[in-house]
Amino acid sequence: MGVIDPYTAPPIPQGPDQDAILKAVGDEITNRGFVIAKADKLFNWARSGSLWPMTFGLACCAVEMIHSASSRYDMDRYGMLFRPSPRQSDVMIVAGTLTNKMAPALRRVYDQMPEPRWVLSMGSCANGGGYYHYSYAVVRGCDRIVPVDVYVPGCPPTAEALIYGLLQLQKKIRRTATIART
Amino acid sequence: MGEMDQIEDGRPTDAAPSALETMVVHLQHLLGDAVSSADISGGQIILRTTSPALITLLTSLRDDVVASFNQLTDLTAVDYPDRPERFEMVYQLLSMKNNMRLRILMPVDEGQTAPSVVGLFNSANWAEREVWDMFGIFFAGHPDLRRLLTDYGFEGHPLRKDFPLTGHVEVRYDDTLRRVVNEPVSLVQEFRDFDFLSPWEGMQGQIDAGSADKVGKGE
Repeated sequence: MGVIDPYTAPPIPQGPDQDAILKAVGDEITNRGFVIAKADKLFNWARSGSLWPMTFGLACCAVEMIHSASSRYDMDRYGMLFRPSPRQSDVMIVAGTLTNKMAPALRRVYDQMPEPRWVLSMGSCANGGGYYHYSYAVVRGCDRIVPVDVYVPGCPPTAEALIYGLLQLQKKIRRTATIART
Repeated sequence: MGEMDQIEDGRPTDAAPSALETMVVHLQHLLGDAVSSADISGGQIILRTTSPALITLLTSLRDDVVASFNQLTDLTAVDYPDRPERFEMVYQLLSMKNNMRLRILMPVDEGQTAPSVVGLFNSANWAEREVWDMFGIFFAGHPDLRRLLTDYGFEGHPLRKDFPLTGHVEVRYDDTLRRVVNEPVSLVQEFRDFDFLSPWEGMQGQIDAGSADKVGKGE
Protein backbone atom coordinates (compact mmCIF):
# COMPACT_ATOMS: atom_id res chain seq x y z
CA MET A 1 0.00 0.00 0.00
CA GLY A 2 1.53 3.26 -1.17
CA VAL A 3 1.54 6.58 0.64
CA ILE A 4 -1.59 8.65 0.07
CA ASP A 5 -1.24 12.40 0.05
CA PRO A 6 -4.46 13.57 1.69
CA TYR A 7 -4.31 16.92 -0.14
CA THR A 8 -4.07 15.62 -3.67
CA ALA A 9 -5.82 12.28 -3.41
CA PRO A 10 -9.57 12.17 -3.85
CA PRO A 11 -11.45 11.86 -0.55
CA ILE A 12 -12.15 8.30 0.50
CA PRO A 13 -15.90 7.68 0.30
CA GLN A 14 -17.85 6.17 3.13
CA GLY A 15 -17.68 2.40 3.11
CA PRO A 16 -15.44 -0.47 4.16
CA ASP A 17 -12.24 1.29 2.96
CA GLN A 18 -12.85 4.35 5.10
CA ASP A 19 -13.89 2.19 8.05
CA ALA A 20 -10.65 0.23 7.76
CA ILE A 21 -8.55 3.40 7.94
CA LEU A 22 -10.49 4.81 10.87
CA LYS A 23 -10.30 1.47 12.68
CA ALA A 24 -6.55 1.32 12.10
CA VAL A 25 -6.13 4.78 13.65
CA GLY A 26 -8.39 3.83 16.55
CA ASP A 27 -6.47 0.58 17.17
CA GLU A 28 -3.22 2.51 17.14
CA ILE A 29 -4.48 4.78 19.91
CA THR A 30 -5.87 1.94 22.07
CA ASN A 31 -2.81 -0.28 21.62
CA ARG A 32 0.01 2.24 21.91
CA GLY A 33 -1.64 5.40 23.20
CA PHE A 34 -0.32 7.66 20.41
CA VAL A 35 -0.43 8.22 16.66
CA ILE A 36 2.58 9.23 14.63
CA ALA A 37 2.11 12.13 12.24
CA LYS A 38 4.40 14.66 10.59
CA ALA A 39 4.67 17.75 12.77
CA ASP A 40 4.50 20.26 9.93
CA LYS A 41 1.45 18.55 8.47
CA LEU A 42 -0.15 18.62 11.89
CA PHE A 43 0.61 22.30 12.30
CA ASN A 44 -0.66 23.10 8.85
CA TRP A 45 -3.81 21.12 9.55
CA ALA A 46 -4.36 23.07 12.75
CA ARG A 47 -3.57 26.42 11.17
CA SER A 48 -5.71 25.96 8.12
CA GLY A 49 -8.55 24.56 10.17
CA SER A 50 -8.81 27.52 12.50
CA LEU A 51 -8.20 30.62 10.42
CA TRP A 52 -9.43 33.45 12.54
CA PRO A 53 -9.79 36.51 10.35
CA MET A 54 -9.23 40.03 11.57
CA THR A 55 -12.31 42.06 10.69
CA PHE A 56 -10.95 44.90 8.57
CA GLY A 57 -14.04 46.08 6.73
CA LEU A 58 -13.36 49.38 4.98
CA ALA A 59 -16.18 49.75 2.47
CA CYS A 60 -18.97 47.89 0.68
CA CYS A 61 -16.82 44.74 0.48
CA ALA A 62 -17.29 44.48 4.22
CA VAL A 63 -20.98 43.77 3.65
CA GLU A 64 -20.10 40.77 1.48
CA MET A 65 -17.58 39.70 4.10
CA ILE A 66 -20.37 39.82 6.68
CA HIS A 67 -22.57 37.74 4.35
CA SER A 68 -19.90 35.09 4.11
CA ALA A 69 -19.75 34.94 7.89
CA SER A 70 -23.47 34.85 8.55
CA SER A 71 -25.93 32.00 8.38
CA ARG A 72 -26.20 31.33 4.65
CA TYR A 73 -22.51 30.73 3.92
CA ASP A 74 -21.39 30.39 7.53
CA MET A 75 -17.60 30.61 7.61
CA ASP A 76 -17.72 28.97 11.01
CA ARG A 77 -18.03 25.66 9.15
CA TYR A 78 -14.36 26.02 8.24
CA GLY A 79 -13.37 27.05 11.72
CA MET A 80 -13.17 30.72 10.71
CA LEU A 81 -14.34 33.09 13.39
CA PHE A 82 -14.11 36.82 13.03
CA ARG A 83 -12.07 38.37 15.79
CA PRO A 84 -12.29 42.01 16.79
CA SER A 85 -8.66 42.09 17.88
CA PRO A 86 -5.55 41.68 15.73
CA ARG A 87 -3.83 39.85 18.59
CA GLN A 88 -6.27 36.95 18.28
CA SER A 89 -6.20 36.73 14.49
CA ASP A 90 -4.30 34.71 11.89
CA VAL A 91 -5.54 36.30 8.70
CA MET A 92 -6.51 39.84 7.86
CA ILE A 93 -9.22 40.35 5.23
CA VAL A 94 -8.67 43.80 3.76
CA ALA A 95 -12.23 44.39 2.58
CA GLY A 96 -12.60 47.68 0.76
CA THR A 97 -10.94 50.92 -0.26
CA LEU A 98 -7.73 51.60 1.61
CA THR A 99 -7.19 55.33 1.90
CA ASN A 100 -3.90 57.09 2.53
CA LYS A 101 -5.10 58.14 5.94
CA MET A 102 -6.05 54.57 6.87
CA ALA A 103 -2.80 53.02 5.59
CA PRO A 104 -0.70 53.55 8.76
CA ALA A 105 -3.55 52.15 10.86
CA LEU A 106 -3.78 49.08 8.62
CA ARG A 107 -0.07 48.50 8.89
CA ARG A 108 -0.18 48.90 12.65
CA VAL A 109 -2.97 46.34 12.94
CA TYR A 110 -1.01 43.98 10.71
CA ASP A 111 2.07 44.43 12.87
CA GLN A 112 0.03 43.59 15.95
CA MET A 113 -1.04 40.22 14.57
CA PRO A 114 0.92 37.25 15.90
CA GLU A 115 2.81 35.10 13.42
CA PRO A 116 2.12 33.08 11.38
CA ARG A 117 -0.19 35.55 9.68
CA TRP A 118 -1.73 35.92 6.29
CA VAL A 119 -3.44 38.71 4.38
CA LEU A 120 -6.34 38.33 2.00
CA SER A 121 -7.01 41.32 -0.24
CA MET A 122 -10.69 41.48 -1.07
CA GLY A 123 -12.10 43.43 -4.02
CA SER A 124 -10.77 45.74 -6.71
CA CYS A 125 -9.99 48.63 -4.37
CA ALA A 126 -7.83 46.57 -2.05
CA ASN A 127 -6.22 44.72 -4.96
CA GLY A 128 -5.11 47.75 -6.95
CA GLY A 129 -7.08 50.84 -6.07
CA GLY A 130 -9.92 49.80 -8.36
CA TYR A 131 -12.36 52.54 -9.17
CA TYR A 132 -10.28 54.99 -7.12
CA HIS A 133 -6.94 54.10 -8.71
CA TYR A 134 -6.31 57.68 -9.84
CA SER A 135 -7.60 59.31 -6.69
CA TYR A 136 -5.42 61.58 -4.59
CA ALA A 137 -6.55 59.87 -1.39
CA VAL A 138 -6.46 56.13 -2.10
CA VAL A 139 -3.65 53.59 -1.86
CA ARG A 140 -3.18 51.87 -5.22
CA GLY A 141 -3.44 48.37 -3.79
CA CYS A 142 -3.06 47.29 -0.18
CA ASP A 143 0.04 45.28 -1.19
CA ARG A 144 1.87 48.60 -1.05
CA ILE A 145 1.34 48.46 2.71
CA VAL A 146 1.20 44.78 3.70
CA PRO A 147 2.29 41.55 1.98
CA VAL A 148 -0.76 39.90 0.43
CA ASP A 149 -1.26 36.13 0.12
CA VAL A 150 -4.53 35.88 -1.78
CA TYR A 151 -6.26 38.40 -4.03
CA VAL A 152 -10.01 38.03 -4.48
CA PRO A 153 -11.22 39.96 -7.55
CA GLY A 154 -14.64 41.54 -7.82
CA CYS A 155 -16.40 44.78 -7.08
CA PRO A 156 -17.45 43.65 -4.57
CA PRO A 157 -16.63 39.93 -4.70
CA THR A 158 -19.58 37.75 -3.78
CA ALA A 159 -19.60 35.94 -0.46
CA GLU A 160 -18.90 32.72 -2.36
CA ALA A 161 -15.86 34.32 -3.98
CA LEU A 162 -14.50 35.35 -0.60
CA ILE A 163 -15.04 31.85 0.78
CA TYR A 164 -13.30 30.44 -2.30
CA GLY A 165 -10.42 32.80 -1.64
CA LEU A 166 -10.20 31.66 1.96
CA LEU A 167 -10.23 28.01 0.86
CA GLN A 168 -7.40 28.84 -1.55
CA LEU A 169 -5.57 30.34 1.41
CA GLN A 170 -6.13 27.10 3.32
CA LYS A 171 -4.58 25.22 0.42
CA LYS A 172 -1.66 27.62 0.39
CA ILE A 173 -1.10 27.08 4.11
CA ARG A 174 -1.30 23.31 3.76
CA ARG A 175 1.34 23.18 1.05
CA THR A 176 3.73 25.27 3.12
CA ALA A 177 6.25 22.64 4.24
CA THR A 178 7.82 24.55 7.08
CA ILE A 179 7.10 25.14 10.72
CA ALA A 180 9.56 27.99 10.84
CA ARG A 181 8.22 31.48 11.42
CA THR A 182 7.41 33.23 8.21
CA MET B 1 -50.16 91.78 -14.59
CA GLY B 2 -48.64 90.39 -17.77
CA GLU B 3 -47.37 86.91 -18.46
CA MET B 4 -43.80 88.11 -18.09
CA ASP B 5 -44.33 88.61 -14.38
CA GLN B 6 -44.88 84.93 -13.69
CA ILE B 7 -42.63 83.46 -11.08
CA GLU B 8 -40.58 80.38 -11.76
CA ASP B 9 -42.93 77.71 -10.48
CA GLY B 10 -45.43 78.82 -13.11
CA ARG B 11 -48.00 80.40 -10.82
CA PRO B 12 -49.38 83.68 -12.16
CA THR B 13 -48.67 86.56 -9.81
CA ASP B 14 -52.22 87.83 -9.75
CA ALA B 15 -53.23 84.77 -7.74
CA ALA B 16 -52.92 84.90 -3.97
CA PRO B 17 -49.23 85.00 -2.97
CA SER B 18 -47.78 81.65 -1.99
CA ALA B 19 -46.13 81.00 1.35
CA LEU B 20 -42.75 81.36 -0.34
CA GLU B 21 -43.60 84.74 -1.82
CA THR B 22 -44.94 85.96 1.49
CA MET B 23 -41.73 84.79 3.12
CA VAL B 24 -39.57 86.57 0.53
CA VAL B 25 -41.42 89.82 1.14
CA HIS B 26 -41.07 89.33 4.87
CA LEU B 27 -37.35 88.54 4.58
CA GLN B 28 -36.66 91.56 2.39
CA HIS B 29 -38.37 93.72 4.96
CA LEU B 30 -36.54 92.00 7.82
CA LEU B 31 -33.06 91.85 6.36
CA GLY B 32 -32.87 95.09 4.41
CA ASP B 33 -29.37 95.77 3.08
CA ALA B 34 -27.89 92.52 4.42
CA VAL B 35 -29.33 90.65 1.45
CA SER B 36 -28.37 91.76 -2.05
CA SER B 37 -30.98 89.68 -3.91
CA ALA B 38 -33.80 87.27 -3.07
CA ASP B 39 -35.21 84.80 -5.59
CA ILE B 40 -37.39 81.73 -5.61
CA SER B 41 -36.03 78.79 -7.56
CA GLY B 42 -37.16 75.20 -7.42
CA GLY B 43 -39.57 75.88 -4.57
CA GLN B 44 -36.82 77.31 -2.44
CA ILE B 45 -35.73 80.82 -1.47
CA ILE B 46 -32.25 81.84 -2.54
CA LEU B 47 -30.61 84.82 -0.88
CA ARG B 48 -27.37 86.40 -2.00
CA THR B 49 -25.21 88.24 0.45
CA THR B 50 -21.67 89.40 1.13
CA SER B 51 -19.31 88.21 3.84
CA PRO B 52 -19.54 91.33 6.09
CA ALA B 53 -23.34 90.96 6.23
CA LEU B 54 -23.45 87.19 6.73
CA ILE B 55 -23.55 87.05 10.52
CA THR B 56 -26.33 89.63 10.86
CA LEU B 57 -28.25 87.89 8.08
CA LEU B 58 -28.03 84.46 9.68
CA THR B 59 -28.77 85.81 13.16
CA SER B 60 -31.92 87.53 11.89
CA LEU B 61 -33.04 84.43 9.99
CA ARG B 62 -32.50 82.24 13.04
CA ASP B 63 -33.98 84.48 15.70
CA ASP B 64 -36.89 86.02 13.83
CA VAL B 65 -40.10 84.47 15.16
CA VAL B 66 -41.83 84.37 11.78
CA ALA B 67 -38.92 83.17 9.65
CA SER B 68 -37.47 80.82 12.28
CA PHE B 69 -34.78 79.32 10.02
CA ASN B 70 -33.16 77.80 13.07
CA GLN B 71 -31.43 74.79 11.56
CA LEU B 72 -28.30 74.86 9.40
CA THR B 73 -28.56 71.59 7.49
CA ASP B 74 -25.46 72.04 5.38
CA LEU B 75 -22.68 74.40 4.50
CA THR B 76 -20.41 73.98 1.53
CA ALA B 77 -18.55 75.87 -1.18
CA VAL B 78 -18.25 75.84 -4.95
CA ASP B 79 -15.16 76.74 -6.97
CA TYR B 80 -15.72 78.95 -10.01
CA PRO B 81 -12.18 79.64 -11.31
CA ASP B 82 -13.41 82.12 -13.94
CA ARG B 83 -15.19 84.44 -11.53
CA PRO B 84 -13.45 87.48 -10.09
CA GLU B 85 -14.33 86.18 -6.62
CA ARG B 86 -13.38 82.57 -6.99
CA PHE B 87 -15.43 80.67 -4.40
CA GLU B 88 -19.06 80.76 -3.49
CA MET B 89 -20.13 79.67 -0.03
CA VAL B 90 -23.51 77.92 0.15
CA TYR B 91 -25.51 77.77 3.37
CA GLN B 92 -28.62 75.59 3.54
CA LEU B 93 -31.12 76.50 6.20
CA LEU B 94 -34.30 74.76 7.28
CA SER B 95 -37.29 76.22 9.03
CA MET B 96 -39.16 73.38 10.69
CA LYS B 97 -41.86 75.80 11.69
CA ASN B 98 -42.64 76.91 8.13
CA ASN B 99 -41.63 73.64 6.43
CA MET B 100 -39.36 75.72 4.26
CA ARG B 101 -35.78 75.57 3.10
CA LEU B 102 -33.54 78.49 2.27
CA ARG B 103 -30.19 78.80 0.52
CA ILE B 104 -27.72 81.61 1.06
CA LEU B 105 -24.99 82.26 -1.50
CA MET B 106 -21.95 84.31 -0.60
CA PRO B 107 -18.93 84.97 -2.82
CA VAL B 108 -15.48 84.64 -1.24
CA ASP B 109 -12.23 85.29 -3.05
CA GLU B 110 -9.10 83.19 -2.72
CA GLY B 111 -7.13 84.40 0.28
CA GLN B 112 -10.13 86.22 1.69
CA THR B 113 -11.55 84.98 4.99
CA ALA B 114 -15.16 84.04 5.54
CA PRO B 115 -16.80 84.67 8.91
CA SER B 116 -17.30 81.49 10.92
CA VAL B 117 -20.89 80.77 11.86
CA VAL B 118 -20.09 78.20 14.56
CA GLY B 119 -21.22 80.71 17.17
CA LEU B 120 -24.67 80.71 15.58
CA PHE B 121 -25.03 77.12 14.45
CA ASN B 122 -22.97 74.40 16.09
CA SER B 123 -23.54 72.15 13.08
CA ALA B 124 -21.25 74.45 11.09
CA ASN B 125 -18.21 73.28 13.02
CA TRP B 126 -17.18 70.23 11.03
CA ALA B 127 -18.77 71.57 7.83
CA GLU B 128 -16.45 74.57 7.96
CA ARG B 129 -13.52 72.28 8.70
CA GLU B 130 -14.44 70.29 5.61
CA VAL B 131 -14.68 73.43 3.47
CA TRP B 132 -11.32 74.57 4.81
CA ASP B 133 -9.89 71.16 3.97
CA MET B 134 -11.38 70.85 0.51
CA PHE B 135 -11.26 74.47 -0.72
CA GLY B 136 -8.84 76.30 1.56
CA ILE B 137 -11.31 78.97 2.59
CA PHE B 138 -10.24 80.29 5.98
CA PHE B 139 -13.00 80.84 8.55
CA ALA B 140 -12.31 83.70 10.93
CA GLY B 141 -13.34 82.88 14.46
CA HIS B 142 -13.61 79.10 14.06
CA PRO B 143 -12.71 77.38 17.37
CA ASP B 144 -10.77 74.46 15.87
CA LEU B 145 -10.03 74.88 12.17
CA ARG B 146 -8.13 71.68 11.36
CA ARG B 147 -8.34 69.50 8.29
CA LEU B 148 -11.20 67.05 8.48
CA LEU B 149 -11.00 64.45 5.73
CA THR B 150 -7.59 64.32 4.11
CA ASP B 151 -4.46 62.63 5.42
CA TYR B 152 -2.39 64.13 8.21
CA GLY B 153 0.13 66.49 6.64
CA PHE B 154 -1.78 66.61 3.35
CA GLU B 155 -0.91 69.57 1.15
CA GLY B 156 -3.36 71.28 -1.17
CA HIS B 157 -7.12 71.54 -1.31
CA PRO B 158 -8.57 68.70 -3.41
CA LEU B 159 -11.89 70.19 -4.51
CA ARG B 160 -10.26 73.20 -6.10
CA LYS B 161 -10.51 72.91 -9.86
CA ASP B 162 -6.76 73.35 -10.25
CA PHE B 163 -5.93 70.42 -7.95
CA PRO B 164 -4.75 67.43 -10.00
CA LEU B 165 -6.98 64.36 -9.70
CA THR B 166 -4.14 62.10 -8.62
CA GLY B 167 -2.71 64.60 -6.15
CA HIS B 168 0.96 65.06 -5.41
CA VAL B 169 1.90 62.20 -3.05
CA GLU B 170 1.18 58.51 -2.64
CA VAL B 171 1.92 56.22 0.28
CA ARG B 172 3.96 53.03 0.58
CA TYR B 173 5.24 50.96 3.48
CA ASP B 174 9.00 51.26 3.75
CA ASP B 175 10.61 48.09 5.07
CA THR B 176 13.81 49.76 6.20
CA LEU B 177 12.15 52.73 7.91
CA ARG B 178 9.40 50.39 9.19
CA ARG B 179 6.67 52.92 8.60
CA VAL B 180 4.32 54.18 5.91
CA VAL B 181 6.04 56.89 3.86
CA ASN B 182 4.80 59.57 1.48
CA GLU B 183 6.35 59.72 -1.96
CA PRO B 184 5.73 61.74 -5.14
CA VAL B 185 3.12 60.12 -7.35
CA SER B 186 4.42 57.83 -10.07
CA LEU B 187 1.69 56.31 -12.21
CA VAL B 188 2.43 53.35 -14.45
CA GLN B 189 -0.35 54.42 -16.76
CA GLU B 190 -1.81 57.89 -17.08
CA PHE B 191 -5.48 58.51 -16.47
CA ARG B 192 -7.44 57.98 -19.66
CA ASP B 193 -10.66 59.81 -20.31
CA PHE B 194 -12.78 57.68 -22.60
CA ASP B 195 -15.50 59.29 -24.66
CA PHE B 196 -18.31 56.78 -24.60
CA LEU B 197 -20.89 58.86 -26.47
CA SER B 198 -21.81 55.83 -28.54
CA PRO B 199 -19.81 52.91 -29.94
CA TRP B 200 -20.06 54.33 -33.46
CA GLU B 201 -19.05 57.86 -32.58
CA GLY B 202 -16.30 56.48 -30.40
CA MET B 203 -14.90 54.38 -33.25
CA GLN B 204 -15.27 57.11 -35.88
CA GLY B 205 -12.31 59.04 -34.55
CA GLN B 206 -10.14 55.94 -34.71
CA ILE B 207 -11.35 55.08 -38.21
CA ASP B 208 -10.59 58.63 -39.38
CA ALA B 209 -7.17 58.51 -37.78
CA GLY B 210 -6.48 55.12 -39.39
CA SER B 211 -7.48 56.27 -42.91
CA ALA B 212 -5.41 59.42 -42.51
CA ASP B 213 -2.43 57.24 -41.61
CA LYS B 214 -2.99 55.06 -44.68
CA VAL B 215 -3.24 58.07 -46.96
CA GLY B 216 -0.11 59.45 -45.40
CA LYS B 217 1.75 56.20 -45.96
CA GLY B 218 0.40 55.84 -49.50
CA GLU B 219 1.85 59.20 -50.43
